[in-house]
Amino acid sequence: MNNASTWQLLSAIMRRDLAVALRRRSDIINPLLFVVIVVTLFPLAVGPGPDILGRIATGVIWVAALLSALLGSERLFRDDFLDGNLEQLVLLPAPLPVLALGKISVHWLLSGLPLVILAPLCALLLKLPIDAWGILMLTLLIGTPMLSAMTAVGAALTVSLGRGGALLSLLLLPLFIPLLIFAAAAVESTLVGTSAYGHVLLLAGLMLLTLTLAPLAVAAAIRVSVN
Amino acid sequence: MWKWLHPYAKGEATYRLLGAWLPWLSALAALFVAVGLGWGLFYAPPDYQQGDSYRIIFIHVPAAMFSMGAYTGMAIAALIALVWQIRTAEWAIAAIAPVGAVLTFVALFTGAVWGKPMWGTWWEWDARLTSELILLFLYIGVLALYYAFNDARTGAKAAAILALVGVVNVPIIHFSVYWWNSLHQGATITKFEKPSMPVEMLTPLLISIAGFLFLTAALVTQRLRNEILKQELHRPWAQQQLGVEAEHGV
Amino acid sequence: MAFDSWQEAIWMGGYGFYVWLSFGVSLLAIAILVVHGLLTRKKLAAMAVQEQQRKQRLARRQQQERAQRKEKGAQ
Repeated sequence: MNNASTWQLLSAIMRRDLAVALRRRSDIINPLLFVVIVVTLFPLAVGPGPDILGRIATGVIWVAALLSALLGSERLFRDDFLDGNLEQLVLLPAPLPVLALGKISVHWLLSGLPLVILAPLCALLLKLPIDAWGILMLTLLIGTPMLSAMTAVGAALTVSLGRGGALLSLLLLPLFIPLLIFAAAAVESTLVGTSAYGHVLLLAGLMLLTLTLAPLAVAAAIRVSVN
Repeated sequence: MWKWLHPYAKGEATYRLLGAWLPWLSALAALFVAVGLGWGLFYAPPDYQQGDSYRIIFIHVPAAMFSMGAYTGMAIAALIALVWQIRTAEWAIAAIAPVGAVLTFVALFTGAVWGKPMWGTWWEWDARLTSELILLFLYIGVLALYYAFNDARTGAKAAAILALVGVVNVPIIHFSVYWWNSLHQGATITKFEKPSMPVEMLTPLLISIAGFLFLTAALVTQRLRNEILKQELHRPWAQQQLGVEAEHGV
Repeated sequence: MAFDSWQEAIWMGGYGFYVWLSFGVSLLAIAILVVHGLLTRKKLAAMAVQEQQRKQRLARRQQQERAQRKEKGAQ
């Protein structure tokens, strides 16, 4: 039959995923709106004083990012599972972890990257000092690929369940804790005037580790879910 | 020999082997836990700083140790289940997770109760307590995933993958929480860690640790036996074990 | 013995409540786990008996039907 190489298959799948996702823009926009609305709620709840808002801004933005990652995670594999594409993915003559990494990348392009771009708006709303905006965006840029990869593991595990929402957050949120801690610490250390270099390097190391191992877990989980 | 290798005999053979171990493990667990805790409660000298409140250590430290040990054991079972497709290993996940969760709860509860006289509050965001809390969430996640599927086999495999993902993350979570703790309350000393312990306190602690090792093993054995019976309920040997005579009236 | 009397052992230098609370709850939690295991086994035994009775009923019904069919055949 055809002798499509792994790279051709990968790019075909990524292009297809992008096209499908861009057809359904609300799925991309809604998690972003969710973040903005959560960020809006906090000043209303704790008062608009800059001292308290500035202190909790990083935490609020990051927690909102974690929750929105959970919100958007269903669309990673759900439709493919329902229309049988996931089974086709397993049968393709290409290593499944590579294809999983492709799907994770597309998911990040459409959920993580917009969040990074949205971050200054959230920082503005929460009165985060402007010196810390850059580092906040940097932690989001490094951290959101990890979010996409971990949610892909959870989504692949629960895709055959139909109603995985609450279970998914139970599985994933504890695993996000190191990310939350280091990202918040990086911004915090910039705010107090010390170097965030170490934290950013730690985050980058974690991201590489996650992006190496998570596709393997996703592939194993897809194999379990499909049959 | 052939019966051992035969896949249908596997459950039965494992069941019998575990059955031979269970009384010994239970007896050892009861003996060591009773001696260790009794000694720790009544015969060990009081601590010069914390008085008698430190006696909680004899239950807190072993429980914390084996709450993490059980997670490692569960991850090893998960690896065996995924790589060699051994069903007994899949059932071991379901047997270990509740035991580990209860040990984690015990470590959390005793830590919190200890914190009240020491720190003056029932809950302190101490590094060890926080990471035990997260460990509890991880256990609950594995259990929830295991029982979420209609097909037991799929559930076991999904839980196995999650356990492996978790075991990669546990050291990272542990490290990050300890580091976070030192960042936010550098002045607070973790009072659970004692630099050096006199022999009079160390001996009962070691006995208690051995007791909890046997206790964990006995509890896992009991649950694994149940799990094997549950999965092989329709087989004649399992029915015989459960007191049903297979020949009767048929 | 680190204490002079049982009252003192229970009082634990003022920490008695905390010490006994943590020991009590811990042992209770482990006891619940043990009892749950025993109950599970009992439940499994009940299920096995039920299953066997169902099989016996089925066998008896089949025998009856066979006998009836034979009778009809004889008529």
